[in-house]
Amino acid sequence: MSALEIRQVRKDFGATRVLKDVSLSIDSGEFLILVGPSGCGKSTLMNSIAGLEPVTSGQILIGEEDVTWCTPAERDIAMVFQSYALYPSMTVRQNIAFGLEMRKVPKAEREEAVDRVADLLQITPLLDRKPSQLSGGQRQRVAMGRALAREPKIYLFDEPLSNLDAKLRVEMRTEIKKLHLRLGTTIVYVTHDQIEAMTLADRIAVMRDGHIRQLGTPDEVYNDPADMFVAGFMGSPSMNFINATLEGDAGAYRLVIETPDAPRLTLPWPAHRDTSAMKEQIGRRVVLGLRPEHFSEEDIRLTDQAEGTLLTAPVTVSEPTGADILLRLPLGEGEVTARVGPKIKVKAGDRVDLRVDMSRAVLFMPDSEQRLA
Amino acid sequence: MDNVIRRRTLGARLARWAVYAVLVGMALFYLLPLVVMLLTSVKPLEEIRAGSLLALPQAPTLAPWVKAWSEACTGMRCEGVGGYFWNSFRIVIPAVAISTFLGALNGYALTKWRFRGADLIFALMLFGCFIPFQVVLLPMARTLGWLGLSNSTAGLVLVHVVFGIAFTTLFFRNFYVAIPNELVSAAKLDGAGFFRIFWRILLPVSAPIFVVSVIWQFTQIWNDFLFGVAFSAFETQPVTVALNNMVNTSTGVKEYNVDMAAAMIAALPTLVVYVLAGKYFVRGLTAGSVKG
Repeated sequence: MSALEIRQVRKDFGATRVLKDVSLSIDSGEFLILVGPSGCGKSTLMNSIAGLEPVTSGQILIGEEDVTWCTPAERDIAMVFQSYALYPSMTVRQNIAFGLEMRKVPKAEREEAVDRVADLLQITPLLDRKPSQLSGGQRQRVAMGRALAREPKIYLFDEPLSNLDAKLRVEMRTEIKKLHLRLGTTIVYVTHDQIEAMTLADRIAVMRDGHIRQLGTPDEVYNDPADMFVAGFMGSPSMNFINATLEGDAGAYRLVIETPDAPRLTLPWPAHRDTSAMKEQIGRRVVLGLRPEHFSEEDIRLTDQAEGTLLTAPVTVSEPTGADILLRLPLGEGEVTARVGPKIKVKAGDRVDLRVDMSRAVLFMPDSEQRLA
Repeated sequence: MDNVIRRRTLGARLARWAVYAVLVGMALFYLLPLVVMLLTSVKPLEEIRAGSLLALPQAPTLAPWVKAWSEACTGMRCEGVGGYFWNSFRIVIPAVAISTFLGALNGYALTKWRFRGADLIFALMLFGCFIPFQVVLLPMARTLGWLGLSNSTAGLVLVHVVFGIAFTTLFFRNFYVAIPNELVSAAKLDGAGFFRIFWRILLPVSAPIFVVSVIWQFTQIWNDFLFGVAFSAFETQPVTVALNNMVNTSTGVKEYNVDMAAAMIAALPTLVVYVLAGKYFVRGLTAGSVKG
């Protein structure tokens, strides 16, 4: 059963169209993440689901029921805000119980719910404090507690972790994932952090300019991106886009890359990944998408030797991250980033030999930015 | 200890002392009228005629205060300003309470339940802060007559509420605009409505701006003379009008000490309000301008 369905939702702010016929459907118990750069409409979509802003046209259904014109209270939704939005004059206990109180839940039941949630989130010792006496991480927990107390049909999370420091953010991320696995709740979660999206989601909707550019599992979105925007947005450091010319013919395509002051590089395209659309692009320019981890140092043997083409280039910058090293090197008209193991000892100016794993490479059309193969 | 690093040369120190001296001198100068009033109000009349303004009273007496309160003539009657003092409270308390409450409600609606034209309405209300009182005297008199509130305390309260709303709305709007909208969104999702959110979420955090609004309105309405003289009957006159009548009563000798005592009585409530809540006044005015 779909817990939430959005049909052709459109939202205008004056003359600007912020949501352009967005449609999606979420199953009960699913964790959906809306991700995209600022201004892509993800927060507006969230507010539309919550009923905080009316939509211009389209329909929103919760549990098969049309709620397009229902007030936020009638929708039975709970939301965790980026700023937490804890009621400053109330204690943690009152904050958590407020929603239940508004819904006229008897006092005994309210207390039971507060205890249950406090126990779940380990905030029992904080129950009689005011929000101003809590740290950022504790406020975050209370904000989640407030949402969990009511057991609504859908939970909305609006960038809940973006005000936390890096370490706490990772901890809370894991905790949210555990909570979801344990409670089986339906969650729509907005973030601009693609790592949060990858780690938490059952499905990811990548948004841009009021459109959903791709809706799929984290694996699909990451390894099988629909267009250059999705490919570039997901992953950090982001995917390298290299201008190349498509040569050869079906079963034996090649990508030729011209790098200034370097010999031209020819990369064979794995035959099993041919698409019919490639035929029309023979002799034309295409964009080759390679993720930093598709490069590897020469001594690592790839399973399929034919797809691991050797590349030699001078390193312009070497950035050790601890777990691995990011190398910047010239390829095509610009520079690319390669992620290699931490043992490789190179400094700027050194030449390195790298293998390119073409079995995971993707191709795009340069003008439409759509996926070619 | 203050938190400033200063040069420790002799010249720098002398300059600082000079600054302090000027400041103290200015403060004394500013306080002088009050001192003169206070001294005069406790002197017998002979001493006032004989001595200088600043001379300390030789035989201090509270008789002028007693007379000002209960015996002095204000026009035809000689009952002091005491009764009018309470009249003022009868006008000020409801007027301050109603205008502050409506201002809070307006500020809340203008910032948290934004509707088409909210900015225009706010701009028009702001305009109300700049309307000179004299302009509305006649239309207001007609309106009060039409409402059957001429010469009544209720009529004066209405006039002050109408004029006060512009200021109180401004105060509360600017205060609430700094309160995150997400707080209201959260309460909506929790199932609270317009008044419930106002009452439970916003009012409990509004104390600083309430103090500002109350002090401002109290001072304005208490000190009002024009509306008081125009729209009140003899029985409902505020103390400012009574004070004027008393000082201008031209029968008998001019009793400066009684006049001064009456003026002190008329000024006392605003003074007390400011001394008690002045700290919060400044705090409320600057609230939101600096974080934390």
